[in-house]
Amino acid sequence: MNYTFNFTPVWQNWPLLLEGLALGLGLAVLSIAIGSIAGLVLAFCATGKHPALRALAFGYVSIVRNLPILVIVLFIFFGLPQLGLAFDKSTSFVLALSLYAAAYMTEVFRAGLLGVPPGISEAGQAIGLTPLSIKYYVVLPVMLRNAMPAFANNFVSLFKDTSLAAAIAVPELTFYAQKINSESFRVLEVWSVTAALYIATCYLISLLLRGLESRLRL
Amino acid sequence: MDLELSYFLSEIVANRGMLLQGAWTTVSVSALAIASGTLLGMLIGLALAYASAPLRWPARLYVDLIRGTPVLVLVLATYYMSTPLGLPLTPFQAGAVALCLFCASHVAEIWRGALQALPIGQLEAGRAIGLTFPRICLYVLFPQAMRLAMPTWVTAAAEMVKASTLLSVIGVAELLLTSQQIISNNFLNLQFYFLAGAIYFAINFCIDMLGKYLSRHLEGAGKPRSPV
Repeated sequence: MNYTFNFTPVWQNWPLLLEGLALGLGLAVLSIAIGSIAGLVLAFCATGKHPALRALAFGYVSIVRNLPILVIVLFIFFGLPQLGLAFDKSTSFVLALSLYAAAYMTEVFRAGLLGVPPGISEAGQAIGLTPLSIKYYVVLPVMLRNAMPAFANNFVSLFKDTSLAAAIAVPELTFYAQKINSESFRVLEVWSVTAALYIATCYLISLLLRGLESRLRL
Repeated sequence: MDLELSYFLSEIVANRGMLLQGAWTTVSVSALAIASGTLLGMLIGLALAYASAPLRWPARLYVDLIRGTPVLVLVLATYYMSTPLGLPLTPFQAGAVALCLFCASHVAEIWRGALQALPIGQLEAGRAIGLTFPRICLYVLFPQAMRLAMPTWVTAAAEMVKASTLLSVIGVAELLLTSQQIISNNFLNLQFYFLAGAIYFAINFCIDMLGKYLSRHLEGAGKPRSPV
């Protein structure tokens, strides 16, 4: 193999790569925030008593989890304008990733809720809290601690999914990597640096969330 | 708002050959990746669970590096890097290799978890009756670990089918790229992306059902008989 490494085109575009990475992180954080709120509501539906709400939650999760995220992204960006619902690139992607994240977060929080011992909500009842306050003050704090490890895993995996925004030309890291790749043909350099950036970011995210987890531990 | 359903139906019929071909490519590349990735992943998982440090560390590095990289980057990198590395791959081959590497990293973690969940007494009992390590694996550990790993493995297999959509980016004519080609002729974006979604859902639903069946089937198998 006589390939001469030349990282110059990559370093010249370094600010672009970082900008792309920052945009990807922003998209991920926003979508995960929206997805987590929706997931929390759906998780309470899934573990609740109402059969229609339970069916809704299970139906949503099983449909969305069995769809490829790329198809959801393309459907929203190219398909929905036909119904008069046109969004710009980034908004479409955030919408798609939020819908996707909601399904995964429902499962995360549902598992967390199932891990909450029933005794503590009974204790809440015994001291006369309303059902809503029991959920908010008693169940939620315990459930969030249970759900932290799975939440962290899904956070990292949803962040990696932001690379798919490149498919609809949202200028995030993979988009710039493809651009630099086709302009400079420094194939090995571009992709090794891009992969390294993703790996480092994923590592930092999981380190951060693990730190948060141990701080929250009782 | 007009969904042009009759036009949509006639376009499905007109393009049925292409759609079937695309779905077949999706299924075959996923099956290839799942089969090869599972074998590779089981070896790496075994190394993670039982090997000594010189073997365990490279395995850990492999799993962490691959799992930290988005599949799309893995697919693009495999495809573009194969030529300068002196091993030019066709898009299909590059895609299958990338999905296999990705699948292996997931299966490795699943398999490590399953192996480590087995009571250590199982391994010791195998040693005590004089089995060699490969035989302990084959007759004692693997059958039990397989039952534990089955549900997560099925989820990983469905993830592979979903990840195979990314091969459309490097020009593998799987179901998604085929749909996009059809759309570029008739502009039925909404309808054909919906159809693609429905077919992916159907494929993954079948995998789900198969997984449930296998889990139920394996439930009773290989359990120690009660002493007479």
